[in-house]
Amino acid sequence: MAILADEKTRIIVQGITGREAAAATRDSLEYGAKVVAGVTPGKGGGEVYGVPVYDTVQAALEAHPADASVISVPAAFARDAAMEALETGIGLVVILTERIPRRDVVEVTTRAREREARVVGPNSLGLISPDRTRVGMVGGRAADVRKAYTRGPVGILSRSGGMTTEIANLLTQHGIGQSTCVSIGGDPIVGSTYVDLMPLFEADPETRVLVIFGERGGKSEEALAEYVVARRPRLPVVAFIAGRFADEMPGVRFGHAAAIVEGEQGSTRGKIARLRQAGVLVAEEFSEIVELVRSNLR
Amino acid sequence: MRLLEYEAKQILRDRGFEIPRGIVVRRAGELDQALPSVSFPAMVKAQVPIGGRGKAGAVIRVEDARAARDAAERLLCGHVRGYPVEALLLEEAVSIRGEFFLAVTYDTVEKQAILLASGAGGVDVESPGQASPDRMVRRVLDVRRGLHEFEARQVAAKVGLAGRDLLGFAGVVRQAADAFLGLDCTLLEINPLARTDEGRFVVADAHLEVDEDALYRQPHLETGYRIPRREASGRAPTEFERRAAEVDAIDHRGVAGRVIEFDGNLGLLIGGGGASLTAFDAIRRHGGRPANYCEIGGNPSVRKVAELTKLILSRPGVERIAVIMNVVSNTRVDLIARGVIQGSLEAGRDPGRTIAAFRVPGSWEEEGFTLLRKYGVEFCDRGVSIDEASRRAVARQA
Repeated sequence: MAILADEKTRIIVQGITGREAAAATRDSLEYGAKVVAGVTPGKGGGEVYGVPVYDTVQAALEAHPADASVISVPAAFARDAAMEALETGIGLVVILTERIPRRDVVEVTTRAREREARVVGPNSLGLISPDRTRVGMVGGRAADVRKAYTRGPVGILSRSGGMTTEIANLLTQHGIGQSTCVSIGGDPIVGSTYVDLMPLFEADPETRVLVIFGERGGKSEEALAEYVVARRPRLPVVAFIAGRFADEMPGVRFGHAAAIVEGEQGSTRGKIARLRQAGVLVAEEFSEIVELVRSNLR
Repeated sequence: MRLLEYEAKQILRDRGFEIPRGIVVRRAGELDQALPSVSFPAMVKAQVPIGGRGKAGAVIRVEDARAARDAAERLLCGHVRGYPVEALLLEEAVSIRGEFFLAVTYDTVEKQAILLASGAGGVDVESPGQASPDRMVRRVLDVRRGLHEFEARQVAAKVGLAGRDLLGFAGVVRQAADAFLGLDCTLLEINPLARTDEGRFVVADAHLEVDEDALYRQPHLETGYRIPRREASGRAPTEFERRAAEVDAIDHRGVAGRVIEFDGNLGLLIGGGGASLTAFDAIRRHGGRPANYCEIGGNPSVRKVAELTKLILSRPGVERIAVIMNVVSNTRVDLIARGVIQGSLEAGRDPGRTIAAFRVPGSWEEEGFTLLRKYGVEFCDRGVSIDEASRRAVARQA
């Protein structure tokens, strides 16, 4: 098992004729993902690496039923693309586009809640269930994906797309595989936070440890700490929170758009303290993740 | 993007909010012309894009023109929390009978816009996050339809108002919700919202942050209000940071910028976002003293990487540079390697001695490694973690 997507997941790509989306489609196909159709308004009738292109999501789905949509369109069109996917009943919408206006993101997440659909991103690289499928572009080319990701018992949730692969690579280097790895997105508001996805891992028998990569800014790590205290999940959670140094410079943005601290809220130290209190295993340095994971796999 | 107080007030006035009468002064020479139009008592307020002005002595109440001139001249030649004071707002002092707090922002965990209101405004409420939640009225704002009038009245009632005050406050609440959504704000905060002796609600201070990612659909801010784009930052950029931004602007290939100056001796070329934070922490943890923070990503051109290397090495005391990135399949190792080597050579340094660590697990690795070997640069691949590469960089520095 895995969460969110597996080898049966049928994927469409909105904005498939764009350079990045086309490359991601090629690489995903090569990795074995079922990319069944693409959508670019005005370019219907074409093909991208053998994947048929349609003008609307509706037309694409009539010919090719699908479970997930990857959105890689310019920021100004992202809300519309996501709404289109949600209206047609797609259950998983993965938004790769970055720099989408905050108001648009909230409109999309509000609509997704009403439609009982799940949104990952924006500013996500996508997600992967190693050896089964990849939705989006996390890990890059198929050959590189195979180098970094292997199948196994560890779930990964990361605010940084690059560090999603870095953690998988670290674990793979030490012979530990992954169940599903999600780049949840680096923006202040994302469709799925740790707390939103944790219950899915809880219900996944394949996953035995969860690793999260957090950053300063926002309060999603604090929310995770609260969740762990309140729900006592079965899964041990290992966390690495980056940006300790940046605590000394409040108000300055480092890294992702969300990695900014206003006042006391969202500091790296504060997050680490809260997670520790909740019983989460916080790695002091990045490679310590391996030991913490290993000791919890017994 | 944080707007200055006078910019925010100008926009809010045009949207129907009541704003105290005021005038903006940029140079002491303008005071002669400005002061006769000011009614006293008045406030002299430094216009800087950062909070805590009152506590920093940058908001001064004056009783007459002479005191106003003294205060203005003093503020205009100074800095407030690192920012040079480039403008002042001279504003009539409002006779305040009550201070309210009103804010609209996004709750990032709930993924919703929220409206916060309180009958206890003033300097002690520094931000919505810090205000004591029990006295704060909180309600969700549906970004698709805004706030109904009755919902605004509910807020006013919960704040404890009745009669004319309830209606007046509700009007401002509704306007605030409209302005927040209409201007693509990420924060709209009115604190204090002052209730005058005559029962009017006046915006005594306003803090607006506009979503930088939505500026493309708010063109009136630049064309109508002449508000220049400015980077969100807790302090003004240093000369070094400005020059790094110029390097990043050489071309549009990849990112080799977002440099922040520190006072150490180890230069850093690190990326992307999450890995930069991780590498910086690791270097500090191992006792290293970084000369800068930075983010490189995508596929920056050789020229950009070389120029950034040179710029970092030009800083006094910086002898070595560490090049560390996360596993990135699209970044070409050979281009990064060529850039750093070229930059070192152009700075008159030996690349083998200068490059303290090189860990860029990307594409075209073999080509990159061949080049690094040729110049005697120590490098490692994905088998070495970010913090081990950081430790090695610090060890070579010692």
